[in-house]
Amino acid sequence: MTADPVPPERGAPSGHGAESYRAIGRPVTRSGGAERVTGAQSYLTDLVFPGAAEVAFATIPVGCAEIVAVDTSPATALPGVIAVVTAADLPPSASRFGISHQDRPVLASGTVNFHGEPVAAVVAETSDLARAAADAIEIEYRELPGVYNLADALTSDARLVQDPSIRPRDPLNDTNVLETADYAWGELEPEQARTHLIVENTYTFPMVTHFPIEPGGVVAAPTDDGGVAVYSPVQHPYLLQRIVADLTELPLSKVRVVAPDPGGGFGGKQTPRYEPLLAFLAIQTERTCRLVLSLEETFQLMRRSGCRIAARTGFTQDGQLTFHELSADFSIGAYADVAPRVMTKGSYVGAGPYRIPVVRVAARAVLTNTTPSCAFRGFGAPQVSWATESQLDAGGRQLGIDSLEMRRRNLVGVGEAFICGDHEATADGRWHESLERAAELIDWSEPVTPGRGRGIAVGIKPGATSGLSQSLVRLLYDGSAIVYAGTSDMGQGARTLWQQILAEELGVELGRITIISGDTDVVPFDLQTSASRSTVFMGNAVLEACRDIRLRVRRLYAEATGIDEADLTDSPGVMIGPDGAMPLVEAAQAALGGLRGEFVGQGTCRLRGVQGHPLGGDAAFYEFNCTAVEVDIDPDTGELLLTKHVTVGDVGTELNPLQVVSQDEGAAIMGLGHTLMEQVLLDDHGRIQNLGALDYRIPTFNDVAIEMVSDSIENNDGPGPYGCKGISEGALLCTSGAVGAAVADAIGVQLRDLPITAERIWTAMRAADARSAE
Amino acid sequence: MSERDVSRELAPVKVTLDVNGTAHRLEVPAHRTLLDAIRDDIGLTGTKKCCADGECGACTVFLDGRIVNSCLVLCAEAEGCSVGTIESLSVGGLTDLQEEFLAAGAVQCGVCIPGQVMAAEALLQTNPTAKPAEIREAMSGNLCRCAGYERIVAAIQAAAKRRGSSR
Repeated sequence: MTADPVPPERGAPSGHGAESYRAIGRPVTRSGGAERVTGAQSYLTDLVFPGAAEVAFATIPVGCAEIVAVDTSPATALPGVIAVVTAADLPPSASRFGISHQDRPVLASGTVNFHGEPVAAVVAETSDLARAAADAIEIEYRELPGVYNLADALTSDARLVQDPSIRPRDPLNDTNVLETADYAWGELEPEQARTHLIVENTYTFPMVTHFPIEPGGVVAAPTDDGGVAVYSPVQHPYLLQRIVADLTELPLSKVRVVAPDPGGGFGGKQTPRYEPLLAFLAIQTERTCRLVLSLEETFQLMRRSGCRIAARTGFTQDGQLTFHELSADFSIGAYADVAPRVMTKGSYVGAGPYRIPVVRVAARAVLTNTTPSCAFRGFGAPQVSWATESQLDAGGRQLGIDSLEMRRRNLVGVGEAFICGDHEATADGRWHESLERAAELIDWSEPVTPGRGRGIAVGIKPGATSGLSQSLVRLLYDGSAIVYAGTSDMGQGARTLWQQILAEELGVELGRITIISGDTDVVPFDLQTSASRSTVFMGNAVLEACRDIRLRVRRLYAEATGIDEADLTDSPGVMIGPDGAMPLVEAAQAALGGLRGEFVGQGTCRLRGVQGHPLGGDAAFYEFNCTAVEVDIDPDTGELLLTKHVTVGDVGTELNPLQVVSQDEGAAIMGLGHTLMEQVLLDDHGRIQNLGALDYRIPTFNDVAIEMVSDSIENNDGPGPYGCKGISEGALLCTSGAVGAAVADAIGVQLRDLPITAERIWTAMRAADARSAE
Repeated sequence: MSERDVSRELAPVKVTLDVNGTAHRLEVPAHRTLLDAIRDDIGLTGTKKCCADGECGACTVFLDGRIVNSCLVLCAEAEGCSVGTIESLSVGGLTDLQEEFLAAGAVQCGVCIPGQVMAAEALLQTNPTAKPAEIREAMSGNLCRCAGYERIVAAIQAAAKRRGSSR
């Protein structure tokens, strides 16, 4: 289905605008959209697995404990119970697993390290029976003095979250620090001499959870060839395949991962957690085993790392940054997952997209007895950006320079380095254009209505630093086509883009293109769906596969017709020969002739890392965003009303403006979550107190700004197809900084702890009143 | 919990209800929600399950003409009732509202969307000229984590306009 093919009315005219493309740049409606509005789309829990057994977990109500004894006999005795499994029942190959650190047990072994960590699993004929049996298991435990926050985890006598034997060669294994990252450049002394003002503050960013509308779940089934099939709505099917193969000691060819489209991922569905366990249960019971998690259990599966950032920043009298020192501690949880990478990558851009002669960043990934944190849209950047953006404003407020002007004076120009040292990073876009556009859209030059405040902030995030995406395209005899691309379509609309690329390059009608993904038995390798990489990486792979097909069509057409290949030119959707142009699909059909058949094209996009680079390689692109907001604060209650929210991204090229605006607004509103309302709260026993939708608030229709504007800058300067960049995370990178600045503008006090709740605003206003009365 | 407790808790009750114009006679445990009955016993999976707390709206259905969170209704409570699910809307192809959801770019991951469409349909039936603020208020029980809120409001406005002009 296609929308009216009119160029979108978004943003400024492109460098070479959408009008020169047939399908690119059009607001094509979502592939799979009709299924989603009618309820026909099958997510994991909508799939039917005849005869499947159901799985439930037994847990204990504390965040840290020694498991003294587990009596499974009351469960085993119940009707309909097929198996009750503890860590002791797993085969020796079921070792700890992980991406960078092999630290996560398949089932809790010896200790429970966070609230909700499963101690035993029940397989039963129905979910009711499984739940009842899991509740019947008697777990004797001794609560331990867990460390549930950064302060407790970092004391010299803190209990170690991980036994040193889990990471024997790590010099830090006698502390709760799992990894550190340090970035430094410039000499402090000369800069101190020209420093007029030093601002020093500490900021906090809460633990928040992904809250996908599709909670977690896994199905595993033994296969006829002695292998196992794992159904899981994951972002990285090939990573899951590798880890299950390693643990079960099966070849990759016998581990099939089927990944139905995730019902929201946001980073929370990247890494394996319960899939290895389900694979063992399926192998052990020789049954299809199904685990459906509640939203509460999903909260205990995924979260963003909380962060505390101490910042010390120097400014000249006219607001230029002279030095910026950051010390950032990330509370990552009980196991590594990808959190060390979140810390490393988030703090890498911690100093922001600014021209700063001296930078010192020291970041640590700190283990705590909490839900293991993982990737979450923004990947560590929003946490540190909150501190850096607020520091710029704190300096500006004291110097009498407004937020926009502070950024004008410090933001790097295109090609200019914002990360210095051995592996310099330079601005890959004209970022000032986003800043100016956002300022214009929020009417920055107009006076603010009394009682209101305005803030503007910028954010950057490095895209993928290495990657591999492979794709296959089959152009069939009748001019229809099938694309095999392993990107998980979790809402970003990847399938739509592959259709648009095929329509552009091969001239195939959008409605005649089928996209196959989410099945490792069928679809070629794709490293992962993360870091807003897919449009760039898989997009380039699909583009290359299309061009491969064009080449093959030209060759075979020449062979079939006797026309010299040199007299043929293939261009997007068209073959040009001595007699003029013809649609490529017609040329393909003529070339194939009476035997029919098809053309198969292959494409690969590979980005190798760089040895010695602190991130393992240069980012393929940077996501850059400028957010500007206007808020109205109720002086009596502290209640914040968002009157306007502007977000402008540096997107390279909008391949599909409808999807760009959806992603951009979605990220922006998600950013309001951790900025204004979301936080996972723990009690003294490490239990999540606001476990579930009743007590954990995410933005609703009523929390969106009265006026919301999403716009983008297109300079066709990205590394992806047609000059695009990844765009799905930008708009939440600096939401907190922009809102924080607006609140400070309105009430005259800067808040440094997120979320900025009405209670915190009210308290800050009262404290300021009390101070001024003295 | 002893064996006897479990079997008593799971003792089935008989329920007769009409779903999308078809009569269903079910035997379900007393604690079975209408949502689970629709999905698991009747096999209509268009109605989605997220919070199971009545907070997210993903499971919105019509019950005797009014929308409810089907996770908060026991199947047994729906005895003799008429239930309308998302599947009932598009029997003759996409509705104008569903088309506008697509055209506005309101659909991302899509899990909340059936509930959004049901809530929006109910709104348009009761307040066909709803202003944006009224749309937001009426829809505020339906969460979208992809946060397609602006797009959904636009879709509802566009559908309202279409219905208004065809009236």
